[in-house]
Amino acid sequence: MNGQPVARREHYLNVSYGVKSWLFTTDHKRIAWLYLVSVTFFFFIGGLFATLIRLELLTPQGDLVQAETYNKLFTMHGVTMIFFFLIPSIPAVLGNFLIPMMIGARDLAFPRLNLASWYIYILGGLFTLAAAAAGGVDTGWTFYTPYSSIYSNTNVALTVVGVFITGFSSILTGLNFVVTIHKMRAPGMTWFRLPLFVWSHYATSIIFILGTPVLAISLALVAVERLLNLGIFDPARGGDPLLFQHLFWFYSHPAVYIMILPGMGVISELIPCFSRKRVFGYEFVAFSSVAIAVIGFLVWGHHMFVSGQSVYAGMVFSLLSFLVAIPSAIKVFNWTATLYKGSISYDAPMLYALGFIGLFTIGGLTGLFLATLGIDIHVHDTYFVIAHFHYIMVGSAVMAYLGGIHFWWPKMTGRMYSEGWARLAALIIFIGFNLTFFPQFVLGYLGMPRRYHVYPPEFQVLNVMSSAGASILAVGYVLPLVYMIWSLRYGAVAGKNPWRATGLEWETPSPPPTDNFEVTPLVTEEAYAYDAIEPEAAYAGRPAHV
Amino acid sequence: MSKAEAVRAHQFDDSGQQHEASWIGMWVFLATEIMFFGGMFMGYILYRSLYPAAFANASNHLDVWLGGINTAVLICSSFTMASAVHSAAAGKRRTLVSCLLLTMALGLVFLGIKFSEYYVKFVEHLVPGISFVYEQRFAGPAEIFFSFYFAMTGMHALHMIIGIGLLTYLVVNSLRGRFSPSYHTPVEMIGLYWHFVDIVWIFLFPLLYLVGRHL
Amino acid sequence: MKAEPHVSLRVYVLVFAALIALTLLTTGVAFIDLGGNLNSIAAVAIAVCKALLVILYFMHVRYSDRLTWVFVGAGFFWLLLLIGGTMNDVLTRPVRSPDTASTSTGVSPR
Repeated sequence: MNGQPVARREHYLNVSYGVKSWLFTTDHKRIAWLYLVSVTFFFFIGGLFATLIRLELLTPQGDLVQAETYNKLFTMHGVTMIFFFLIPSIPAVLGNFLIPMMIGARDLAFPRLNLASWYIYILGGLFTLAAAAAGGVDTGWTFYTPYSSIYSNTNVALTVVGVFITGFSSILTGLNFVVTIHKMRAPGMTWFRLPLFVWSHYATSIIFILGTPVLAISLALVAVERLLNLGIFDPARGGDPLLFQHLFWFYSHPAVYIMILPGMGVISELIPCFSRKRVFGYEFVAFSSVAIAVIGFLVWGHHMFVSGQSVYAGMVFSLLSFLVAIPSAIKVFNWTATLYKGSISYDAPMLYALGFIGLFTIGGLTGLFLATLGIDIHVHDTYFVIAHFHYIMVGSAVMAYLGGIHFWWPKMTGRMYSEGWARLAALIIFIGFNLTFFPQFVLGYLGMPRRYHVYPPEFQVLNVMSSAGASILAVGYVLPLVYMIWSLRYGAVAGKNPWRATGLEWETPSPPPTDNFEVTPLVTEEAYAYDAIEPEAAYAGRPAHV
Repeated sequence: MSKAEAVRAHQFDDSGQQHEASWIGMWVFLATEIMFFGGMFMGYILYRSLYPAAFANASNHLDVWLGGINTAVLICSSFTMASAVHSAAAGKRRTLVSCLLLTMALGLVFLGIKFSEYYVKFVEHLVPGISFVYEQRFAGPAEIFFSFYFAMTGMHALHMIIGIGLLTYLVVNSLRGRFSPSYHTPVEMIGLYWHFVDIVWIFLFPLLYLVGRHL
Repeated sequence: MKAEPHVSLRVYVLVFAALIALTLLTTGVAFIDLGGNLNSIAAVAIAVCKALLVILYFMHVRYSDRLTWVFVGAGFFWLLLLIGGTMNDVLTRPVRSPDTASTSTGVSPR
């Protein structure tokens, strides 16, 4: 089966050739590929900055780079990873590709707007790369004033303009998703028959729409203050730096839910498929996605406990932050209950999903530590915080992204990846990740501050462990790049539904035709009707693993 | 098939679905605009609560007559815009074009008055970052007031300019006979946008021009 | 909304007249001392009324479906969340007085 050409059938990849057919496409599936290539590029740029950081931190002294350079490294790492990888990743790649298919539509509501979103993203990325090339930014990805607005001598304006522009890419994607999900579902596709992937992207889109504009204005004010020497954030002239923090975190806290909700949506697809069971508590999982999005807008002050915010406000934000953990916990309980008495198989996507559940639990629980005012006083701005959010961003979100890419790869390309290499990569990533970030919880608890390129010598052992883990993690990330690209030419040909999964996207050929469906589907079944599939049939026709 | 008939993009099943999608889509976009302008309103509210005296003092430097006339101008333009949509729905092409042109003209009047106000502020040395002189007692907070004045009215003016551009597009297409009772979605959508920009000014006028006028 | 609502021009004229009247009202009231915070409250209240008139009649929201109302409401409600959460902090900061100037925690209402 290896290397044999696919029988000539027209689908979205071969319907037209040439650069123009890609750069001027309005097909949501092709746009998903444009994003896939772009976000992968930015992921490795962000990874490059991380590599330099972890190399510097091998020794307690500042011997690899100067302090100012180090400040630029962690800033650029954060900006690149958050705005140009994590936020677009699952929504712009998997969401774009799958949402129309999952609801039985031919495309998103506004295909040209979808293409515009990608171009806007690229334009923002170019501004940010230009800022990096021109010497970088050293304010931290959080751009706190008045350092960013008055005192920093680096390319702040250029960077914030880049992020400002890219924000509109998010906004338009969110707009497109919301309208599509409301208005373009196939006959019979009621809200409670939707795959949970769609529910989680709907919730994510709420955040895109209502949060991102506030980030835009906060960054615009910083840029204007810098360029015109205004005094909006200058305490000496009556300005309040906390205004910036309120505006910034009003978006940036919900932004972390932008980064995790789509991943949760992926997990909600993987767990039932590889347990051959319906999702336990479908409505609870669906509603908790929306609850996370809504309550997530009420907790932003927990980033400001020690910034000068009033203690009263701190208490309110702390309480609300405890509340927002509840819907996340509900999801973990429901996924676990889905696994219970399921018929589990350990294909690569499932390895990522299982890893997600464990690592997200750790990340989420440590978030509660941070939400506790008394503890946060001690661990704020330490490596404890860094470990917490990397457990969510990397241990959970990136793993969900990789799990999703693997799961839907046969649908997107018509090819199977190498299962053996995929499982190995998943394992290497899991080990590398934990070795990198678990020591950082200890470091933070012991008091090592974040954003410092030097540290007391007694912290070296843990730092070396962390950097060693990072090198393993790097290997784990490079592997999929290699075997996925290899599979495009040499992978086993995949049929319509190699995983025997439920969902409209699996009822169409792999790769799908441009309009997704030959005939508009009529939906009559609930989602995740795995108990309707005979157990033996679940194993018949499984893909031939290379 | 005449140009005036409903155009249906391939991803939609029928023109009703397309119209609904456009309508909801434009409201979602306006929600983002509420939050975008809202961020600046947030900053304004914060500083007004901190420096009520300075803000009142600074606000009295604005010309309440010009602000009030501009408010009336925009309200008129909303009326003519609503009439334009009404004409499009009724298939009255000439009235549609007239209403659109009137709306544009009123928008240009607004911008003319606005920029004349900006010029006066420049002459009076009340432009932060470029030329700002104020009595010592209120200097810092007054500069903040004027920073928000220029930022908010400037962003509003930018939206007006974009709106006038969109109206030009509508005029051109109306003259080409592209709209009809069964298809005039762009007129409706741009109408929504125009009314929204009017609403922003409805809040800007009292918050910027009418602070502490009774003092 | 499924069908185009037929709003008569007469409604538009009435709304227009109301908007002009409210503008005159808010401008006039501004020059009268209502005491305390009432001037600000009045200004905002009148502005809200004007905005509602534009939204409900010029923008046809009065004749639209519930989904539209949810979207419109959500937009304004979310802005209130931003303002509410931030002012919750600003208004509860310790009040600065000359005695505590050296230990003041940043900017706070006087």
